Amino acid sequence: MSTQHHPPICLEKAHDDETYYLNMGPQHPSMHGVLRLLLKMRGELILDCDPIIGYAHRAHEKMAENRPWIQFFPNTSRIDYLSGMIYNLGYCEAVERMASIEVPERAQVIRVIVSELNRIQSHLLWFGTFLLDIGGITPFLYCFDDRERILAILDRVTGSRLTYSYGRFGGVSRDIDDVFIEQTRGFIKRMGEQAPMYRKLVHDNIIFLKRCDGVGVITKEIADAYGVTGPNLRAIGVEYDVRKAEPYSGYEKYDFEIPTRTTGDCLARFEVRVAEMEQSCRIIEQALDRLPDGPIKPAKLIKKLKPPAGEYYFAVESARGHFGMYFVSDGGDVPSRIKLRTPSFSALSAMPDVLEGTMVADTIAILGSIDIVLPEIDR
Amino acid sequence: MPRTLVEIFGNPLIALGVGIAAVMTVLSLNVLFCIWFERKVSAWIQRRLGPMEVGPHGTMQTVADMIKLLGKQLMTPKGIDKPLYHLAPLVVFAPVVAATSLLPFSQSVALSNLDIGLVLIFMFSGFAVVGIFMAGWGSNNKYALLGAMRSVAQNISYEVPLILSALSVVLMVSAYNGGVMEVDGQKIGLNGLNLSHITLVQHSSIWFIIFQPIAALIFFTATLAETNRAPFDLPEAESELIAGFHTEYSGMRFGLFFFGEFSNMFIGAMVATVLFLGGWDGPFLPGPVWFFLKVYFLIFVMMWVRWTYPRLRFDQLMTFCWGILTPLAIVNLLVTALVLKVVSG
Repeated sequence: MSTQHHPPICLEKAHDDETYYLNMGPQHPSMHGVLRLLLKMRGELILDCDPIIGYAHRAHEKMAENRPWIQFFPNTSRIDYLSGMIYNLGYCEAVERMASIEVPERAQVIRVIVSELNRIQSHLLWFGTFLLDIGGITPFLYCFDDRERILAILDRVTGSRLTYSYGRFGGVSRDIDDVFIEQTRGFIKRMGEQAPMYRKLVHDNIIFLKRCDGVGVITKEIADAYGVTGPNLRAIGVEYDVRKAEPYSGYEKYDFEIPTRTTGDCLARFEVRVAEMEQSCRIIEQALDRLPDGPIKPAKLIKKLKPPAGEYYFAVESARGHFGMYFVSDGGDVPSRIKLRTPSFSALSAMPDVLEGTMVADTIAILGSIDIVLPEIDR
Repeated sequence: MPRTLVEIFGNPLIALGVGIAAVMTVLSLNVLFCIWFERKVSAWIQRRLGPMEVGPHGTMQTVADMIKLLGKQLMTPKGIDKPLYHLAPLVVFAPVVAATSLLPFSQSVALSNLDIGLVLIFMFSGFAVVGIFMAGWGSNNKYALLGAMRSVAQNISYEVPLILSALSVVLMVSAYNGGVMEVDGQKIGLNGLNLSHITLVQHSSIWFIIFQPIAALIFFTATLAETNRAPFDLPEAESELIAGFHTEYSGMRFGLFFFGEFSNMFIGAMVATVLFLGGWDGPFLPGPVWFFLKVYFLIFVMMWVRWTYPRLRFDQLMTFCWGILTPLAIVNLLVTALVLKVVSG
């Protein structure tokens, strides 16, 4: 497997008569979102693959240059709609660090709780759709049952199910109450009870294992070359998690592990994500235990934010990996430039090297297992 | 022995008309029921309610869906192979009707009673694959073609263990009681390929699932693959090939494929019932009731499997057939033959 760049296969002219091209997507039942894959195939075997992106391009980065810092904030949850909370709060955190705004302790703990809930929600959705991709329909509905409970909890406190806009520069918009705490504890208890059922239904299933074991191995070289992060990287055995490497929102105060596997195949990615859900539950429990009293945002919210001129880079761990924000401020109230580094883009970029030589069914399984969100790739 | 329609009516033409009407009625009712049942079973497995709106517990939902399908525009894509494209749904559908007419539903009456019933059923059920390939080839769509290629490979492969496992039952029937049996006071020579004889032997001894558990398991697994049911539903794997061979079919053309698929499942379950579960044999209740109870139990198991397991990959499917099922079926057949030889001397 080579990791060097190759020209788009649609530009290739010469090919023998045994091969053909297959357009998979953008309207295909298991292309998550609007990804289009141009596949060069021989029978069911994939010889080459060219991901074509841009169908959900909304120019988020350009939009940022035309509005004040605060008005770009709602955009962030629309970039990755599945970890909208993490993106929202990550953006807040970045701006706060840039403009040196203090965040009250209670707000930080709330941020950790809702971020981890969001992470579980995202992983649950991935769990269901991944199983759907390899043909198991029933686990999908079980996952959505559980996921619905998180959405209801978050809906109650933020007023929204997907694009929360819950953060404020210096805190969060609304305080959580006892009902929230009770519901969250109930959910974590439920997740613990559901785990054996999921294990029996999915992880102990011989067909599932056959479909995932040793399929779609992302090697260390490929991961290095394309900057693959998140659970996809941890499945190779690299213990890298922004929450541990460069802690934010007080993640350094929580006791949790970075689950890793070594094989880098679909099964490893599956196991890493399942283990991550357990770790997220642990974090939430600790956060609920240490939830201090106090304000949730500064007494006086900043009306006109003007960060000092300069450049700033800040990263958070989204459900999909290292989400980086690179800000350039000229001292005005409008960002000079915002560049977003999104984990799905790196994971998808690595796909041509991984998909080469697999079969159609594997392609779907591998694409499902790397957990990409298209709007985040196109931005 | 069951009386056939020709014996009852005397005139073969009247018998033919009545037979076709009867088979079509049974098949249509079965499809109406099966689609509703499938949706309900999947709903129960997935902690949902399933269709509830049309009729009590959604029983009329399928009728509404059929009316919708009838009213839909028939889309015809460009660049198709016209004769193949238009004939394909019929080629899939017609053998189903023929195969159904061969099965003995009860002790007293059957539509037909042929000495080569089993052979004909395998022939007719094998015929559907021609229609599927016609659909895939004629649609001018790569997904349809991929689905059709998978279907051909899969059906031809799985026919081998299917027939081999059925053969062990045929051997046992032919060897039963020295090949002679007394029915209604007259002696008949037993023929293992005659479906009525297979049932009669089980009626007077015990069901073959006791003697032939391995053959029964192989037969059931191969039937799942033959009828393109999950986990072997690769020809129409929706997450990979959109809808496989019927991607380009809409309206009632798609309806016919659907009809054929559910009827094939029905036939598969009926043959399995006749071969291994004693057909109409059972205490207290009349024969046809027992027959359909067993058939729908098997169909329920098929649905249960479908909504529980993920899908196999194509190469794994072929390895499973040629590497596990076929050798097992051959060994089972040889052992059966050997034991029968020893027992019957």
